[in-house]
Amino acid sequence: MPKHLLNPNKWIDLYADYLFNFTISRVNDREMAQDLVQETFLAGLKSMKNFKGEASERTWLISILKRKIIDHYRKINSIKGKAEVRITSNNDSETEGDWLEERVADPFDKTAEDTMQNTELGEAILNCLSKLPEKQSEVFRMKTIEGIETEDICNELNITASNLWVIIHRARTAMALCLKENWF
Amino acid sequence: MSKKLKIGIPCSEASLVCDKSQYKESSFWEKVKLHVHLLYCKVCRDYTKTNSKLTSIIAQSKVRCMDKKNKESLKNEFNKVLKKENF
Repeated sequence: MPKHLLNPNKWIDLYADYLFNFTISRVNDREMAQDLVQETFLAGLKSMKNFKGEASERTWLISILKRKIIDHYRKINSIKGKAEVRITSNNDSETEGDWLEERVADPFDKTAEDTMQNTELGEAILNCLSKLPEKQSEVFRMKTIEGIETEDICNELNITASNLWVIIHRARTAMALCLKENWF
Repeated sequence: MSKKLKIGIPCSEASLVCDKSQYKESSFWEKVKLHVHLLYCKVCRDYTKTNSKLTSIIAQSKVRCMDKKNKESLKNEFNKVLKKENF
């Protein structure tokens, strides 16, 4: 089995979005997610000598990130836990009904499973995106995920509109191919 | 070529219009021409199908990215540390 190597110079370009999406679907706060991603990269840098080369770079970074997220939740919970006594049984008599029927889960509500699947889907999308050539992934990301106007992208990257559509076309074809196996 | 309204378009143009419509940037007339093309072109029909599917799953996943400014500042900060540690 080939040994995996670490190359921190490329970390941000390759994994920042992936880690960010992973974090934000779990902590739901842009700034917090950003901080956690940054901490993860720095922690990764510090413990590079502990990397055994068994997992891929990204898996390894994710495992650090997971621990950071757990730490984050521990921290906010302990502060809260010190400050207040929380009663978690269903005692909000104003909002919760007394009748059992009113406590049944809403079938039209997003289930945990759906949310989880969407999280995985997002990760798969970013994974495919990182396999595209740099230019294609950049344009596709700006246009499709960030939703920037065509004109603004053209100005920023100094390309013509027809040029942009050619890049988008190639990127879309590649993305569809990449996602086809598991998600179509 | 005469300046008559041309309703037949080649596949290259059809796929361009199809890409544009994924971002709601195609005009009405372009869409009409695309749909006429789709009537007789199986390849473009398939392309349109996968293309719309791609759009819908991306929307469904609610995938999010770091914005550019924050990514730059993260990069700068990280590179500073990298330099200090001599990579």
